[in-house]
Amino acid sequence: MEVKCHKVSGGCAEGPALVTRERISFLGNVNPETGVVVDPSHELYGRSIAGAILIFPGGKGSTVGSYVIYQLKKRGLAPAAMINLKSEPIVAVGAIISDIPLVDRVPEWILDVKDGTWIVVDAKREVVVLPDGSVRI
Amino acid sequence: MHLTRDEELLLQGERGDTLRRAMEILVALGDIYEAERLIEIKSAQIAGVSYKTIGDAGLEWISDLNGKVAVPSILNPAGMDLLKWREMSIDEDFARKQLAIIDAYRRLGVAIECTCTPYLLYESIASRGDHLAWSESSAVSYANSVIGAMTNREGGPSALAAALVGKTPLYGYHLEENRVPTHVISVEADVKEYGALGFLAGKIVGDGVPLFVMRSRPDRDDLKALGAAMAASGSVALYYVKGVTQEPPQYDPDACEIIEIEDEDIRSVYDSRADAGDVDIVALGCPHCSLQELEGIADLLEGRKVSKELWICTSRRVAESAPETVRRIESTGARVICDTCMVVSPASERFSHMMVNSGKAFVYIPGMCGVKATLGSLEDCINAATGGS
Repeated sequence: MEVKCHKVSGGCAEGPALVTRERISFLGNVNPETGVVVDPSHELYGRSIAGAILIFPGGKGSTVGSYVIYQLKKRGLAPAAMINLKSEPIVAVGAIISDIPLVDRVPEWILDVKDGTWIVVDAKREVVVLPDGSVRI
Repeated sequence: MHLTRDEELLLQGERGDTLRRAMEILVALGDIYEAERLIEIKSAQIAGVSYKTIGDAGLEWISDLNGKVAVPSILNPAGMDLLKWREMSIDEDFARKQLAIIDAYRRLGVAIECTCTPYLLYESIASRGDHLAWSESSAVSYANSVIGAMTNREGGPSALAAALVGKTPLYGYHLEENRVPTHVISVEADVKEYGALGFLAGKIVGDGVPLFVMRSRPDRDDLKALGAAMAASGSVALYYVKGVTQEPPQYDPDACEIIEIEDEDIRSVYDSRADAGDVDIVALGCPHCSLQELEGIADLLEGRKVSKELWICTSRRVAESAPETVRRIESTGARVICDTCMVVSPASERFSHMMVNSGKAFVYIPGMCGVKATLGSLEDCINAATGGS
């Protein structure tokens, strides 16, 4: 199925979903050398975001987080694409400077998608493609 | 957001990758904040300079850019005095990375002036009614409130993007309707220390726009301290002082929250003074000292010797304009430190308890440096550093 979205940063990518209902502060929550979530209080603690379609409500924290996203990308440890309910400037700027597709304004049930679900983010066409039946609507 | 033909071309990459990326940043922010279009800016002030704050990630990004800024642009404080970093006990590795960041900005045509007080260096950098893209929160507050220019609080990348394109999205404090007061604060006190007043007011107001009514008449240095503290304890980017700053645009007084601040409220901010005995460093100049402030400090230090580390942070340009004043200060054993400050330099981290006269430094020192902080008046600070009373 295709879901409409709004492009924040262009491009097209696909990969397995990694979903959290918690906001992410890239500065502090994620180790830029490993791509692993290192904040023990975060829902994704211990998980690697590398290559994933990272689905989260939006960013938070220091604006330095934008640079952390860039650093992850240069090390090949960035998410393949990101999906937000509503992007804020830190993640938006981070995705743009790193050439990572980022879309927002998707329905809230996107946070019910199971981890590992194969997802295509086509920011250019402003659609997210999910397997049929991947969520109950 | 509506783009002109030229802006569209930039966005499509017709003038290179760096400008395409800069435009993408501006357009994304414009979309997020529902800006109608971009607007030309007079100048940019770019945060994200100290290696301590931006790290290798920031260094890599800035180093990968190519191009030249389109408007006069200057930097926020770096992590060290760019010349006297060895005297600050900065290690070689940090210094090498810091200088690489500075070089990367220089290649982009950014003026290598590292200060939170750009308005003290060049009068032409901002005038009343100018649109700007400034990042440093106290400079943003000063530009909006004291100068009457218009700027949002930009992040490092968005300020640099605006500098490269020469434009910023038209939203927030660029629009008159967002510049009306939300709080009226009547101050029933003879205010001497505006950092303490700002510390209190920022906590109350949050991200609002306060209008102060007070019998004291703050000068420009007082306003600098007031705004800096409110931007740190809250996120105030614009304020008014009745009869002192510009008048606010038409607003509805009934829609404003009314707040009273009295003498004892301000005194309560200083309560922690009692345990200042183990202070091992005193630091002044947050925001960077003006020439008048440097002279005032030199006068207070006259005939004394410091018994503790005493730092006075300022911009290189101000320090170089007053060599005799700097000499007077340093002859007491105090240090005049340029290009950096007690908050963004790792040099602060080797101390355990810092006394400051800045409401802003008081907010940030514990979290950013892991150092205990005490707020005192300027006189208290000088006394603590010289062992006098």
